[in-house]
Amino acid sequence: MGRMAAPQVTPVETPDTDEVAEVDRPWVTIVWNDPVNLMSYVTWVFQKLFGYSREKAERLMLDVHHKGKAIVSSGARERMEHDASRLHAYGLWATVDKS
Amino acid sequence: MFVRKGDACVGHFDQSAAAVLQQVMIEVVALLSEQLDHDDPLVARLFPDVYPDDPETSEDLRRYTEADLKSAKLDQAGALLAALPPGGGEVRLDEEQAEAWLRALTDARLALGMQLGIRDDTDLIEEMDEAVLHDPVSVRVAQLSVYAYLSELQESLVEALMGGSRLT
Repeated sequence: MGRMAAPQVTPVETPDTDEVAEVDRPWVTIVWNDPVNLMSYVTWVFQKLFGYSREKAERLMLDVHHKGKAIVSSGARERMEHDASRLHAYGLWATVDKS
Repeated sequence: MFVRKGDACVGHFDQSAAAVLQQVMIEVVALLSEQLDHDDPLVARLFPDVYPDDPETSEDLRRYTEADLKSAKLDQAGALLAALPPGGGEVRLDEEQAEAWLRALTDARLALGMQLGIRDDTDLIEEMDEAVLHDPVSVRVAQLSVYAYLSELQESLVEALMGGSRLT
Protein backbone atom coordinates (compact mmCIF):
# COMPACT_ATOMS: atom_id res chain seq x y z
CA MET A 1 0.00 0.00 0.00
CA GLY A 2 2.70 2.38 1.00
CA ARG A 3 4.39 1.96 -2.33
CA MET A 4 1.36 2.95 -4.35
CA ALA A 5 1.39 6.56 -3.25
CA ALA A 6 4.23 8.91 -3.95
CA PRO A 7 6.31 9.50 -0.84
CA GLN A 8 4.91 12.30 1.20
CA VAL A 9 6.82 14.65 3.38
CA THR A 10 4.83 15.13 6.54
CA PRO A 11 5.30 18.65 7.76
CA VAL A 12 5.30 19.44 11.44
CA GLU A 13 2.56 21.97 10.97
CA THR A 14 -0.39 21.45 8.68
CA PRO A 15 0.38 23.73 5.78
CA ASP A 16 -2.04 25.82 3.85
CA THR A 17 -2.23 24.13 0.43
CA ASP A 18 -1.74 27.52 -1.24
CA GLU A 19 1.45 27.97 0.70
CA VAL A 20 2.81 24.69 -0.59
CA ALA A 21 2.03 25.74 -4.13
CA GLU A 22 3.80 29.06 -3.53
CA VAL A 23 6.90 27.31 -2.28
CA ASP A 24 6.95 25.19 -5.43
CA ARG A 25 6.60 28.20 -7.69
CA PRO A 26 7.84 31.30 -5.98
CA TRP A 27 6.80 34.69 -7.19
CA VAL A 28 9.12 37.61 -7.66
CA THR A 29 8.96 41.39 -7.44
CA ILE A 30 10.77 43.10 -10.29
CA VAL A 31 11.94 46.71 -10.33
CA TRP A 32 12.37 48.25 -13.78
CA ASN A 33 14.71 51.00 -14.85
CA ASP A 34 13.26 54.45 -15.29
CA PRO A 35 14.96 57.64 -16.44
CA VAL A 36 13.89 59.78 -13.48
CA ASN A 37 14.71 58.06 -10.21
CA LEU A 38 18.12 58.87 -8.76
CA MET A 39 20.59 56.04 -8.20
CA SER A 40 21.14 57.12 -4.61
CA TYR A 41 17.40 57.20 -3.97
CA VAL A 42 16.79 53.73 -5.45
CA THR A 43 19.61 52.33 -3.29
CA TRP A 44 18.09 53.95 -0.22
CA VAL A 45 14.62 52.55 -1.03
CA PHE A 46 15.98 48.98 -1.30
CA GLN A 47 17.72 49.34 2.06
CA LYS A 48 14.69 50.92 3.66
CA LEU A 49 11.99 48.55 2.38
CA PHE A 50 13.86 45.25 2.40
CA GLY A 51 16.49 45.83 5.06
CA TYR A 52 19.25 45.04 2.55
CA SER A 53 22.84 46.04 3.26
CA ARG A 54 24.21 49.06 1.44
CA GLU A 55 26.27 46.71 -0.76
CA LYS A 56 23.35 44.50 -1.74
CA ALA A 57 21.07 47.49 -2.33
CA GLU A 58 23.70 49.12 -4.54
CA ARG A 59 24.23 45.91 -6.51
CA LEU A 60 20.49 45.63 -7.16
CA MET A 61 20.27 49.30 -8.11
CA LEU A 62 23.12 48.86 -10.60
CA ASP A 63 21.37 45.80 -12.08
CA VAL A 64 18.24 47.89 -12.55
CA HIS A 65 20.29 50.68 -14.08
CA HIS A 66 22.44 48.59 -16.44
CA LYS A 67 20.28 45.56 -17.19
CA GLY A 68 16.95 47.38 -17.15
CA LYS A 69 15.48 45.39 -14.28
CA ALA A 70 16.25 43.38 -11.17
CA ILE A 71 14.46 40.90 -8.93
CA VAL A 72 14.31 42.59 -5.54
CA SER A 73 12.28 40.05 -3.55
CA SER A 74 10.75 36.62 -3.92
CA GLY A 75 8.18 34.55 -2.08
CA ALA A 76 4.43 34.14 -1.77
CA ARG A 77 2.33 35.94 -4.34
CA GLU A 78 0.45 38.12 -1.85
CA ARG A 79 3.71 39.25 -0.29
CA MET A 80 5.10 40.19 -3.69
CA GLU A 81 1.97 42.18 -4.46
CA HIS A 82 2.44 43.95 -1.16
CA ASP A 83 6.11 44.66 -1.96
CA ALA A 84 5.17 46.04 -5.39
CA SER A 85 2.60 48.30 -3.80
CA ARG A 86 5.12 49.60 -1.25
CA LEU A 87 7.60 50.26 -4.06
CA HIS A 88 4.89 52.16 -5.93
CA ALA A 89 4.43 54.42 -2.89
CA TYR A 90 8.15 55.19 -3.24
CA GLY A 91 7.71 55.93 -6.94
CA LEU A 92 9.61 52.89 -8.22
CA TRP A 93 8.29 50.98 -11.21
CA ALA A 94 7.63 47.51 -9.80
CA THR A 95 5.78 44.49 -11.15
CA VAL A 96 5.14 40.92 -10.01
CA ASP A 97 5.86 37.77 -11.99
CA LYS A 98 6.42 34.05 -11.56
CA SER A 99 10.05 33.17 -11.18
CA MET B 1 19.84 71.95 -0.23
CA PHE B 2 19.72 69.67 2.80
CA VAL B 3 22.49 68.87 5.24
CA ARG B 4 22.58 66.58 8.26
CA LYS B 5 22.51 68.28 11.65
CA GLY B 6 22.34 65.79 14.49
CA ASP B 7 19.13 63.81 14.08
CA ALA B 8 17.64 66.26 11.61
CA CYS B 9 17.93 67.01 7.91
CA VAL B 10 18.03 70.77 7.58
CA GLY B 11 17.50 72.87 4.49
CA HIS B 12 17.08 76.55 3.77
CA PHE B 13 14.62 77.77 1.18
CA ASP B 14 14.47 81.30 -0.08
CA GLN B 15 11.11 82.69 -1.05
CA SER B 16 11.31 81.74 -4.71
CA ALA B 17 12.52 78.17 -4.02
CA ALA B 18 9.70 77.69 -1.51
CA ALA B 19 7.19 79.03 -4.03
CA VAL B 20 8.45 76.70 -6.77
CA LEU B 21 8.34 73.67 -4.48
CA GLN B 22 4.89 74.58 -3.24
CA GLN B 23 3.63 74.99 -6.79
CA VAL B 24 4.90 71.62 -8.03
CA MET B 25 3.45 69.82 -5.00
CA ILE B 26 0.10 71.54 -5.46
CA GLU B 27 0.11 70.25 -9.04
CA VAL B 28 0.79 66.71 -7.78
CA VAL B 29 -2.06 67.01 -5.26
CA ALA B 30 -4.37 68.29 -8.00
CA LEU B 31 -3.50 65.33 -10.23
CA LEU B 32 -4.07 62.85 -7.40
CA SER B 33 -7.35 64.47 -6.41
CA GLU B 34 -8.89 63.89 -9.80
CA GLN B 35 -10.46 60.65 -10.97
CA LEU B 36 -7.42 58.66 -12.07
CA ASP B 37 -7.32 57.96 -15.79
CA HIS B 38 -5.10 54.93 -16.30
CA ASP B 39 -4.75 55.70 -20.00
CA ASP B 40 -2.81 58.80 -18.95
CA PRO B 41 0.88 57.75 -19.11
CA LEU B 42 1.67 59.68 -15.93
CA VAL B 43 -1.09 57.95 -13.97
CA ALA B 44 0.13 54.65 -15.42
CA ARG B 45 3.62 55.46 -14.16
CA LEU B 46 2.55 56.58 -10.67
CA PHE B 47 0.15 53.64 -10.34
CA PRO B 48 1.81 50.90 -12.41
CA ASP B 49 0.10 47.67 -13.41
CA VAL B 50 1.40 44.95 -11.10
CA TYR B 51 0.93 42.39 -13.90
CA PRO B 52 1.84 44.17 -17.15
CA ASP B 53 0.89 41.13 -19.25
CA ASP B 54 -2.41 40.66 -17.47
CA PRO B 55 -4.44 43.87 -17.39
CA GLU B 56 -7.47 42.11 -15.94
CA THR B 57 -5.66 40.79 -12.86
CA SER B 58 -3.90 44.14 -12.49
CA GLU B 59 -7.27 45.85 -12.53
CA ASP B 60 -8.67 43.44 -9.91
CA LEU B 61 -5.71 44.04 -7.65
CA ARG B 62 -5.95 47.78 -8.16
CA ARG B 63 -9.42 47.71 -6.63
CA TYR B 64 -7.83 46.67 -3.34
CA THR B 65 -4.66 48.73 -3.43
CA GLU B 66 -5.32 51.95 -5.32
CA ALA B 67 -7.17 53.87 -2.62
CA ASP B 68 -4.35 53.24 -0.12
CA LEU B 69 -1.65 54.11 -2.62
CA LYS B 70 -3.44 57.28 -3.61
CA SER B 71 -3.88 58.42 -0.01
CA ALA B 72 -0.23 57.56 0.74
CA LYS B 73 0.81 59.81 -2.15
CA LEU B 74 -1.52 62.57 -0.99
CA ASP B 75 -0.16 62.23 2.57
CA GLN B 76 3.45 62.53 1.45
CA ALA B 77 2.68 65.58 -0.71
CA GLY B 78 0.78 67.04 2.27
CA ALA B 79 3.72 66.33 4.60
CA LEU B 80 6.03 68.26 2.31
CA LEU B 81 3.65 71.20 2.01
CA ALA B 82 3.05 71.25 5.78
CA ALA B 83 6.76 71.48 6.60
CA LEU B 84 7.53 74.15 4.01
CA PRO B 85 7.26 77.77 5.21
CA PRO B 86 5.29 79.51 2.41
CA GLY B 87 7.53 82.56 2.43
CA GLY B 88 10.72 80.51 2.66
CA GLY B 89 12.97 79.82 5.64
CA GLU B 90 14.48 76.89 7.46
CA VAL B 91 13.06 73.39 7.10
CA ARG B 92 14.06 70.89 9.78
CA LEU B 93 12.96 67.32 9.12
CA ASP B 94 13.07 64.29 11.37
CA GLU B 95 13.64 60.91 9.74
CA GLU B 96 9.99 60.18 9.09
CA GLN B 97 9.39 63.62 7.57
CA ALA B 98 12.53 63.32 5.44
CA GLU B 99 11.28 60.01 4.07
CA ALA B 100 7.89 61.52 3.22
CA TRP B 101 9.69 64.39 1.47
CA LEU B 102 11.79 61.94 -0.57
CA ARG B 103 8.68 60.10 -1.73
CA ALA B 104 6.84 63.34 -2.49
CA LEU B 105 9.81 64.74 -4.43
CA THR B 106 9.87 61.50 -6.43
CA ASP B 107 6.23 61.89 -7.47
CA ALA B 108 6.87 65.50 -8.47
CA ARG B 109 9.98 64.56 -10.48
CA LEU B 110 8.17 61.67 -12.17
CA ALA B 111 5.39 64.06 -13.21
CA LEU B 112 7.77 66.74 -14.49
CA GLY B 113 10.08 64.18 -16.07
CA MET B 114 7.22 62.77 -18.06
CA GLN B 115 6.05 66.21 -19.20
CA LEU B 116 9.59 67.03 -20.27
CA GLY B 117 10.14 63.69 -22.01
CA ILE B 118 13.19 62.85 -19.89
CA ARG B 119 14.89 59.69 -21.15
CA ASP B 120 17.73 57.59 -19.83
CA ASP B 121 20.21 59.32 -22.14
CA THR B 122 18.88 62.83 -21.55
CA ASP B 123 21.63 65.31 -20.78
CA LEU B 124 19.89 68.02 -18.75
CA ILE B 125 22.49 70.67 -19.53
CA GLU B 126 22.22 70.01 -23.28
CA GLU B 127 18.42 70.05 -23.06
CA MET B 128 18.57 73.34 -21.24
CA ASP B 129 20.97 74.93 -23.74
CA GLU B 130 18.74 73.86 -26.58
CA ALA B 131 15.58 75.12 -24.91
CA VAL B 132 17.18 78.48 -24.06
CA LEU B 133 18.35 78.89 -27.66
CA HIS B 134 14.87 78.15 -28.86
CA ASP B 135 13.08 80.46 -26.43
CA PRO B 136 14.67 81.60 -23.16
CA VAL B 137 11.35 82.46 -21.52
CA SER B 138 9.53 79.29 -22.54
CA VAL B 139 7.65 76.97 -20.18
CA ARG B 140 10.17 74.26 -21.09
CA VAL B 141 13.10 76.29 -19.82
CA ALA B 142 11.26 76.96 -16.57
CA GLN B 143 10.26 73.31 -16.17
CA LEU B 144 13.76 72.05 -16.94
CA SER B 145 15.24 74.30 -14.29
CA VAL B 146 12.62 73.19 -11.76
CA TYR B 147 13.36 69.56 -12.62
CA ALA B 148 17.08 70.09 -12.17
CA TYR B 149 16.45 71.88 -8.89
CA LEU B 150 14.21 69.08 -7.55
CA SER B 151 16.80 66.48 -8.55
CA GLU B 152 19.56 68.30 -6.69
CA LEU B 153 17.31 68.85 -3.68
CA GLN B 154 16.36 65.17 -3.55
CA GLU B 155 19.96 64.05 -3.93
CA SER B 156 20.98 66.26 -1.03
CA LEU B 157 18.17 64.88 1.12
CA VAL B 158 19.06 61.24 0.37
CA GLU B 159 22.67 62.00 1.29
CA ALA B 160 21.65 63.82 4.46
CA LEU B 161 19.40 60.94 5.49
CA MET B 162 21.85 58.14 4.64
CA GLY B 163 24.78 60.04 6.08
CA GLY B 164 23.00 60.00 9.42
CA SER B 165 22.10 56.34 9.35
CA ARG B 166 25.71 55.32 8.67
CA LEU B 167 26.69 56.74 12.04
CA THR B 168 24.18 54.69 14.02
